[in-house]
Amino acid sequence: MNLTFIFFGILGILAIGSGIVTISSKNPVTSAISLVFLFFMLAGLYLVLQAQFIAVIQVLVYAGAIMVLVIFVIMLLNLGDEEKMKEKFNTRKGAGFLLGAILLMQLAVVFMAQPFGVKKASASLNQGTIEFIGKELFSNYLFPFEAISLLLLAAIVGAIILAKRKID
Amino acid sequence: METIPLEYFLGISAILFIIGVIGVVTRRNAIIIFMSIEIMLNAVNLTFVAFSRYMNDPAGQIFVFFVMTVAAAEAAVGLAIVLSLFRNKQTVYVDEVNIMKW
Repeated sequence: MNLTFIFFGILGILAIGSGIVTISSKNPVTSAISLVFLFFMLAGLYLVLQAQFIAVIQVLVYAGAIMVLVIFVIMLLNLGDEEKMKEKFNTRKGAGFLLGAILLMQLAVVFMAQPFGVKKASASLNQGTIEFIGKELFSNYLFPFEAISLLLLAAIVGAIILAKRKID
Repeated sequence: METIPLEYFLGISAILFIIGVIGVVTRRNAIIIFMSIEIMLNAVNLTFVAFSRYMNDPAGQIFVFFVMTVAAAEAAVGLAIVLSLFRNKQTVYVDEVNIMKW
């Protein structure tokens, strides 16, 4: 029971807890804030996995950019609380929890089965650094990198077209 | 690091994915459905990073990078759709939007 393990446990429990708050809260702003919290916890888990670059990008892109966009839209739409769900057990909720139970059962079966047999490989501590990721990205993964920039351009144009008041 | 088995990370990731699925199916607010999709993407990212670490292969972290980019693009387009939906129908509750249903 060393320090890393305790750190991992706290991060994991907080991540799952804030995920549950995100989907169960009636107020969209509460959901958004607990989602930001979840993103920070995941960044901590990436640090436990020694993926420093991904951890920083997680905070910058998810907790920074994407959640600002979401909170901005919530503010713009001025949403109130979600109106009271019907008291009776509706089909949507039933279907949701059934699906969740099936997935959980699958998870349990996988965990009961043989271990994955993935041994931790000899540690190379620099694998998560910006230098290493950058070298990989600009040598072996150059074409996907360029393709993803096209996707981003298309998304920017699409977002502007969709959010424009009227297409003239 | 040496003491945490890979299965623990996969477990957290799977539980987060299940939370996301339940959120998508049970909630009616389009923005919260959207956030649930983000939770699922993040669960998959955690799996990628964990496998990348334990198999000593950087491809997993590169993939996470690309997944994040796609998530950013999806956020921009998805929120623009929610915005224009609200402008046209004055609602973000998905069961009040049934123009594609006949």
